[in-house]
Amino acid sequence: MAIISIRDLVVEYDGRRVLDGVELDIEPGEIMVLLGGSGSGKSTLLRQILALERPRAGSILVKDTDITRCSQADLKGVYRSIGVAFQSAALFNSLSVEENVALNLREHTALAPTIIDLIVWMKLAVVGLAEFGKLHPQELSGGMKKRAAVARALSLDPEILVLDEPSAGLDPIVAAELDELILFLKETFQITALVVTHEMASAFRIADRIAMLSEGKFLAVGTKDEIRACQHPRVQQFLNRVPDNPVRAPAVAAYLERYVRSEEANL
Amino acid sequence: MANVLEIAGRETLAELDYVGRLNIQLWATLRAMRRSLPLIGNRHRWHAAVQQMLEIGVDALPMVALLAMCSGFILAMQGASELRRFGALHYVIDLVAISFTRELGPLITAIAVCGRSGSAFAAEIGTMKVTEEIDALKVMAFDPVEFVLAPKYLAALVAVPCLSIVSNLFGILAGGLFMFFSTHLALLLYFKYVMVSIALRDVVAGLIKSLAFATIVAHVGCLEGFRVRGGPDAVGRSTTMAVVRSTFMVIVADAVFTAIFYFVGQM
Repeated sequence: MAIISIRDLVVEYDGRRVLDGVELDIEPGEIMVLLGGSGSGKSTLLRQILALERPRAGSILVKDTDITRCSQADLKGVYRSIGVAFQSAALFNSLSVEENVALNLREHTALAPTIIDLIVWMKLAVVGLAEFGKLHPQELSGGMKKRAAVARALSLDPEILVLDEPSAGLDPIVAAELDELILFLKETFQITALVVTHEMASAFRIADRIAMLSEGKFLAVGTKDEIRACQHPRVQQFLNRVPDNPVRAPAVAAYLERYVRSEEANL
Repeated sequence: MANVLEIAGRETLAELDYVGRLNIQLWATLRAMRRSLPLIGNRHRWHAAVQQMLEIGVDALPMVALLAMCSGFILAMQGASELRRFGALHYVIDLVAISFTRELGPLITAIAVCGRSGSAFAAEIGTMKVTEEIDALKVMAFDPVEFVLAPKYLAALVAVPCLSIVSNLFGILAGGLFMFFSTHLALLLYFKYVMVSIALRDVVAGLIKSLAFATIVAHVGCLEGFRVRGGPDAVGRSTTMAVVRSTFMVIVADAVFTAIFYFVGQM
């Protein structure tokens, strides 16, 4: 039984179709990586899964609740089972790292402050930031911010962890550390993770399954081996890092030809 | 001609849409504001509201006082230059006292708060939008209106009338200093005349206006912040729009209130 089930999802912005009949099932306890180039619709799909936007058509079931149609109260219940680490970390700058992680616990539970402090310390220790709790987000490096965001996402022990571009903008060592952290969380807490990325190395390191998105449609969904074996030209191009050749585009080629001819005429 | 009508129609619809959004936001804030109140609400929201009161009110005190002093001097000097010709210099006291309590005190305060706090609200919330903090609040099952806007609105409702009273005092004091230096009228006597010339309903009318101005400044500033789409340049535009729109709406609201009080006073 899928923990997240997306059916026939259609999203349009100003009449432009960004997601076109997307279907995906994410099983409990698996790490699903959403892979795709810039503008492929990854972030849009993520915003839909988090119910930050409403689709034009289709449904998204998160733990059997259709978040495209449910009430705000039901949505709040769903949100409590999801932890999200945004691409920009989205930590609250006016709060310290500790306060950021404690926020959910303080507001959504009746736990005593000492228990909250202990849980916060544990969450920060899990991501390796136990000594940096008193700092404010602006005092952290990019990698530390991302780890702090993961700690905050874990604060209510969610069943689903959503990570948007966790390794974007990080050096390879820090990115690899984050990959290990995601694997550690999966093994330790049996958490279901949805990771959005365009980093191939990271995707193939952490994924149980990969869903490859291009121009609003899934080109391939499967295990790492199945994706590697997929013969779709766009998937192969992405895997082998083959660039689109702009010079071969008809409009560009015609322009260059005209330019060369005019230069020859001037000579 | 058709084009002009088309543009006028489109602009009118856009403005109506804006006013509609303001009303929806105001209603949502009023519903959420109970949680920002002391004792019965959430203490973290109340602390946030107190912090905002300090920023909107206490931090603006020197600026508002200076603006009121300057305006008081200008009004007294301009009034005296004409009234002196008719031997009615003592009417400067009534002019300054009534003008400030009914009109200038709340208006000067509102314009100062527009520039200081309205723009700050738009910049703060706009930045939170750009850095995904508002999205983070939503997926953490917080209502951004309750979390961000309600404490600001509550703080503005308390701070702006207080600032208006301060503005009245300093404006009237400036008139007293002018009278002291130009006619050697003792300050104590001046204030005795002031108490005779102003009525309680003048002060109450000014305070009612300042509550309306606080509503406009807080809501326009926050709405402009929530409307930010895109990057940091959009935050800059929203800040400018917050000041322009709220200043315009404050002056329009002032005209409406003055007309209402005028006709009610005639009856």
